[in-house]
Amino acid sequence: MDLVVNGDRHTLEMDPRTTLLDALREHLGLTGAKKGCDHGQCGACTVLLEGRRVNSCLILAVTLDGASVTTVEGLAHPVQEKFLEHDGFQCGYCTPGQICSSVGMLDEALSDDDPPELSDAEIRERMSGNLCRCGAYPNIVRAIREVAAR
Amino acid sequence: MTATSERAVGQPLRRIEGPDKVTGAARYAAEYQVGDDLAYGWVAQSPVAGGTLTGVTVDPLVEADDVLAVLWHGNAPRLAEGDDPELAVLQSDRISYRGQALALVVARTLEAARAAAASLQLSIDPSPADTVLSFARDDLYTPEKVNPDFPSETSTGDVSAAFDAAPVRVDVTYSTPALHNSPMEPHATTALWEGDELVLYDSNQHPPGVAATLATLFELPPERVHVITEHVGGGFGSKGTARPNAVLAAMAARVTGRPVRLALPRQALFSMVGHRTPTIQQLRLGATPDGKLTAIDHLAVAHTSRLFEFAEQTAVTTRHLYEAPAVRTGHRLARLDMPTPRWMRAPGEAPGMVGLECAMDELAIALSLDPIELRVRNASSSLLTDCLRHGADRFGWHDRDPRPRQRRDGDWWIGTGVASATYPAMVQPSTARARRLSTGDYEVSIAAADLGTGARTVLTQIAADALDVPHDRVRVRIGDSTLPFASVAGGSSGTASWGWAVTGACRALRDSGGSDEATFDSSDLVEQLNQEGKHAYGAHFAEVRVDAVTGEVRVTRLYGLYAAGRILNPRTARSQFIGGMTMGMGMALHEEGVLDPNVGTWVNHDLAEYHVPTHADIESITAEWLDDAGEGQNPMGSKGIGEIGIVGSPAAIVNAVWHATGVRVRDLPVRLDKLLPHL
Repeated sequence: MDLVVNGDRHTLEMDPRTTLLDALREHLGLTGAKKGCDHGQCGACTVLLEGRRVNSCLILAVTLDGASVTTVEGLAHPVQEKFLEHDGFQCGYCTPGQICSSVGMLDEALSDDDPPELSDAEIRERMSGNLCRCGAYPNIVRAIREVAAR
Repeated sequence: MTATSERAVGQPLRRIEGPDKVTGAARYAAEYQVGDDLAYGWVAQSPVAGGTLTGVTVDPLVEADDVLAVLWHGNAPRLAEGDDPELAVLQSDRISYRGQALALVVARTLEAARAAAASLQLSIDPSPADTVLSFARDDLYTPEKVNPDFPSETSTGDVSAAFDAAPVRVDVTYSTPALHNSPMEPHATTALWEGDELVLYDSNQHPPGVAATLATLFELPPERVHVITEHVGGGFGSKGTARPNAVLAAMAARVTGRPVRLALPRQALFSMVGHRTPTIQQLRLGATPDGKLTAIDHLAVAHTSRLFEFAEQTAVTTRHLYEAPAVRTGHRLARLDMPTPRWMRAPGEAPGMVGLECAMDELAIALSLDPIELRVRNASSSLLTDCLRHGADRFGWHDRDPRPRQRRDGDWWIGTGVASATYPAMVQPSTARARRLSTGDYEVSIAAADLGTGARTVLTQIAADALDVPHDRVRVRIGDSTLPFASVAGGSSGTASWGWAVTGACRALRDSGGSDEATFDSSDLVEQLNQEGKHAYGAHFAEVRVDAVTGEVRVTRLYGLYAAGRILNPRTARSQFIGGMTMGMGMALHEEGVLDPNVGTWVNHDLAEYHVPTHADIESITAEWLDDAGEGQNPMGSKGIGEIGIVGSPAAIVNAVWHATGVRVRDLPVRLDKLLPHL
């Protein structure tokens, strides 16, 4: 099967049980997307599939032949700098997921026919699929808010 | 050498590894490319809480092309005896808890390893499971010591007589549930043998400790075990020592002759790597009518496993936080067919201060005295008093109506609560090395682990000041057991301990008159310290609202003010404080391992059902500190800050819930079903 990851086309031969997350981590060496729970419960594996955020641990890679995926390694987005500025992480393990999720979330809001106001409460609600055990939440929200305000 | 006008310590330096963490370049234990013949391990865990494993049957048709080995006690390599019975994996037929590793499948692919492990037939002769902790058990016993080395019982004065004679008394029982550390990165190891040297990429809080443990178990000279721990996706105590994953991966790599990667599935973390014991705490407080404590009595029960005695020091804080002529504390343990409890962020302090600080709130109510005033009248430290008084000003405590159930906004009852905080300021021996490089820059090395605490960053700042150079001329190397010995990243002691060694090495190099390298071992100096009674202090304030219709609790504001010595990096320090407070909120409202007593497991063993705070739970969390308050005993003047945020913050929230609703919940967490009948 073929997968386009961060703009590069890869031809992969894998066990049909391989998830998108394991395809990225174990077959393509792209370990930015993290495995926190493998059950779609923590958000650490969040990547952008055709521009939309998904839990990559919940998708079998074989269903994605020809699809385009963006991982944190392929991003160059202002939110990354804001995470550094506002200390939006400690251990860093949820961070790629938080960043991909926030990029996807901002795009969802922008492309909405009736764009929501991204208040802190709205950002929190829309980001709640991404757990952070270090408790960097207020810093993450601050980082996203500043990008959203642009 | 040029003196720099601006000191690095005290500056809000950004995390040095930050760019790697926001681009996906930072590598964790399961992410190293170690060769084309990498194999994957998957653990088969015990489905019963006790019994004997009599055999393991492998279906030869399952994943036959890919399975490389199936290990269990019938065929696994023998390990030498170590200090931790949990690490004697696959060595015995005895089953001590549900979730214990009974077999390990090693396969060419992750998918094959997982499927083959699921297909193993484990022949088990089960025994009945005894899993429920209670005060009524007749087999509770008094451990000799409680973690790490405190006396189990203390007594000053005649507590029973003082309590009986006290004009105002509180006699209450509080309980806290089993809690799970739940770092975002599950415990993981990539192991390979290079000749007779064992290399482990392992997620832990103490690389040299893990290396020494593995050397013992595999009977290797210590220098032949190399543990690399570049980044750690959180630990919160659960990675403080080697865990079974490290031993299993090393064993599998030896048997198969291949590098082996073993990342525990999330569910396994709830049993295999430790948890915080549930506690039940009896508290009796006696006071004079003007609010002077005359009796403090705190007895705590906790569980431990059949395999290993871990005794949580639940009542230890009660020995020193407040002054009274009669103080008694004690601990009782039940040995159950349960997984072994271990360290979880502020073991002892966190659960113990739920009991003490909620009971103090109840005493203040019984006395009709402001809860801050009651604490101030009995505080053993002026630093605690400062935090309470200044915190009250900054939080806006003073116009508070002390009566419960007085503020209502629509469907919401609103209330505020307070609790004290404290944590020991510990230092442990460590060694560091400083080198002048040919470029004129400096390299400072120490085998410390950065779990997200900011250690790499703050050690850079400390080294720069000790060398009198700008911080961008210093490169700190950590996360490798072959570097000079570092103490564990635990007990909020990392920065104080490693920073001392780094300071010593850098000063020695600076003052050496031109040598290129200096090493400093702090052991002698640390051993001369009297560390008893040295603490950081704080005060936590919470404002909550409780929905009168649904019982939902929201924390509108959580505020912490700390006296924690010199703050070395305000940016990373603030994150540690609010991180601790966030976990404290989880302890108050969300987190609870729900026991199935028949099976001896927590039924909610995943992140969908074990609820940790999410983005949506956090409204306003603020941490501030008093400048230069009570310098710590080390060259930086710092005190540990990693744990104090979770000490007292749960009680502040529970007390605020009472103030909002008039409902006193003594059994954490404060779930809505405990409030609803009374709203």
